[in-house]
Amino acid sequence: MEVASDISRPPSTVEIVGDRLFRRFSLTVAVFTVLVVVYVVFSIGKVAMPAIHTYGLSFLTGTTWDPNRAKFGALPAIAGTMYSSVLGLIGGTLFGLAIAIFLSERFLSSGLEGLIKSLGLDGSSFWAAVPDWIENFLRTTIELLAAIPSVVFGLWGIFVVIPIIRAPANWLHGHLGWFPLFGTPLSGPGLLPASIVLAIMVLPTISAISRDALVAVPPKIREAAFGMGATQWEAILGVFLPTAATGIVGAIILGFGRALGETMALAMLAGNSNVLSWSLFSPANTLAALLANHFPEAGTAEVGALMYAALVLLGITLIVNVIGTFILQRADAQLKGLR
Amino acid sequence: MEPDKSGLSRSTVGDVDLIQLERSLRQPRVLFSYVMSVLTGAATIAALVPLISVLYMLIVRGCAALGLSTFAQLPPAAMTTGGGFGNAIIGTVVIVVIATVLSVPLGIIAAVYTAEFGPDTQITQMVQFAAKVLTGLPSILAGVFAFAVVVLVTGGFSAPAGGVALALLMLPTVFLTAEDAIKRVPSRMREAAIGMGSTPTQVVLKVLLPTATPGILTGVMLAIARAAGETAPLLFTALFSEFWISRTWPAFLPKTVGDLMKPTPSLAVLIYNFSGSPFENQIQLAWTAALVLVVIVLITNVAGQSLARRYNR
Repeated sequence: MEVASDISRPPSTVEIVGDRLFRRFSLTVAVFTVLVVVYVVFSIGKVAMPAIHTYGLSFLTGTTWDPNRAKFGALPAIAGTMYSSVLGLIGGTLFGLAIAIFLSERFLSSGLEGLIKSLGLDGSSFWAAVPDWIENFLRTTIELLAAIPSVVFGLWGIFVVIPIIRAPANWLHGHLGWFPLFGTPLSGPGLLPASIVLAIMVLPTISAISRDALVAVPPKIREAAFGMGATQWEAILGVFLPTAATGIVGAIILGFGRALGETMALAMLAGNSNVLSWSLFSPANTLAALLANHFPEAGTAEVGALMYAALVLLGITLIVNVIGTFILQRADAQLKGLR
Repeated sequence: MEPDKSGLSRSTVGDVDLIQLERSLRQPRVLFSYVMSVLTGAATIAALVPLISVLYMLIVRGCAALGLSTFAQLPPAAMTTGGGFGNAIIGTVVIVVIATVLSVPLGIIAAVYTAEFGPDTQITQMVQFAAKVLTGLPSILAGVFAFAVVVLVTGGFSAPAGGVALALLMLPTVFLTAEDAIKRVPSRMREAAIGMGSTPTQVVLKVLLPTATPGILTGVMLAIARAAGETAPLLFTALFSEFWISRTWPAFLPKTVGDLMKPTPSLAVLIYNFSGSPFENQIQLAWTAALVLVVIVLITNVAGQSLARRYNR
C-alpha cells in the first residue's frame, strides 16, 4: 500500500499551476501558427499594396515587364505558368497513372510469379519473395524521385534534356512550322524542356496518391468485376478507375498545385523571357521564375510589382490546393459508403 | 454447335455466350487488355529512365572533381582549376539549423494542442487548415515572405532570413507528422497515466512525447531533407557569398551575430548560380555540389523513412 500511494497521488498545487500554464502555452503556440499563415498573406500584401494601387488590374493584362520604364505586366508570366503546368501535368498524369495502375494491379508480381512458376522455382521461399521485393524496390525508387531537389533536376535539364530534344524539336519546326505548337525553333531554354522536367517532378505526387486511391477500391467490387467475366482492362477502365476517380482527380489537382508553384526547374529551363506564344519551343516565363530571376536585383518599384505577382501566384495555388484537398476528402467519404 | 467467324465453337448456357469467357488473344477484348498491360509496363519503365539518367550524370560528372579540396576550399574564379564549396556546405548547415530551431518546437507544441488538449475545438480545425495551406505553399513564396519580414526589416540578406523561409516550409511537415504520432499512442497508456494522478501536462511530457519520439523524429528528418535541397526561398533571402561565414577556426562556424547577418552561401544556390556559368570549371563544380547535395538529402530521407518503418512495426 505504501509503495502504491507513493507512486500514485493527487497532483500538487505546483503541478496543477504548471499544467494550466503549459496548456495555455500550447494553445498560444497553436494560435500563433494560424497567425503565421495570416501574416504571410498580410506581409506580402502590404508590400504589394502600392503596386496594386498603381497598376490595378492592368497588371494582369499587360505584356511588358520593364523596370527601367516602370512598366509591369504579368500576362506572359501568368499564361506561361498555366501553359507549362498543363503540359507538365499531361505528361505527369499519363505516366503517373500508368505507374499507379502497374503497381496497384500487381502486373509485375503476377508476371514474375508466372515466370518463376514456369521455371519450377515456386517451391523455394527465396524466389517466392522476389516479386514483392522488386515491387517494393520500384515504389521506393519512384518515391526517391520526389526527394531529389528541384535545382538538381534543373541542372540535369540544362545538360541532358535540352541537348537531346534540340534536334527533333528543330526538325519538327522545319517540317511542320506552320502548326502553331511548332511555330518557333528551339534555341536552348524553352517551354518544352521545362514542361518535360515539370512532368517528371509532379509524377511521384500523382502516382503515389492515385495508387492509394486504386488500392482502396473495395475487394468485393474488384471480385465482382472479374466474376462477371471482365478482362483485366475492362475491369480497370470500367470499374476500378471510375470507383477511384475522385481520388485520382484530387491527385491530379494537387499535382497541378505543385507544378504551378515549382520554381527552380522553370527558372533554369524556361528561358526567362516575357513572350506570349503557343509554340512549345519558344522561351517563356512563369510567375515563380519571374520572382526567382528578378528579385535579387530588384529596386523598390520592381519589388512592389514582384510582390503583386507573388500575391497572384499565392491566390492561384491556394484555390487549386483547396479544391484538391476538398476533392480528396470527398473521395474518402465516398469509399466509406462503399465498404 | 456451329463454328463462328473466329473459328471457335459457339456454345451457350442460358443467356450467357460462353465464348465471352474464352481467354484467347484472337478476341479483340482480350487482345486490347493484353496490349494495354504491355503499354502500362512500358510507361512505367520509361518513367524510370529520367531517374536513372539523373543518378548516372550525378555520379559520372559529380565524381570527376570530387576530392578533399572540394570540401576544404572556396569556390573558384572563372577559368581556374581546383576550388571547392566548403563555405556552401557550412552555410547550408547553418541555415537549416536555424530553420530547424524555429520550426520544430513550434510544430510539436502546436501538435500537442491539436492532438491532445483540444482535438475538437475550432482552433484545432484552423491550425489543421493552416497546415494544409502551408503544405501547398510554393517554396518561392516562403522566400518572398522572409524577404518582406526579415530582409526589408533588417536591411540586408542574411542566414536568419533564409532560415525563416525554410522554417515556414518545414513547419507543416513537422506539425502533421507529430500530430499523427501523438494520436497513435495507445489510449491505455494515456489512461494509465491519468489513473495514477498525472496532470494532462505530465501525461504529455512523460508518456505521449517519449512514446511518439520516433514518429516525430521521422517528420523532422523528412522536413530537414526537403529544406536542405530548397533553392528558391534562399535566392533572395540568404543570397550567396564567395567567402567563409567566419574566417576563424574551428570549423568556420559563425561566432558573432555580425557573422550571421550577412549574405550566406548554400549548396543549392551555388548549383543554381554555377549552372548558368559559361566556364567549364564552375559547371563541373555545380555537378559535384549536386552530387554532395543529393547524397545528403537522400541519406536524411532514407534514415527518416527507415525510422518510420521500424516505428510502425
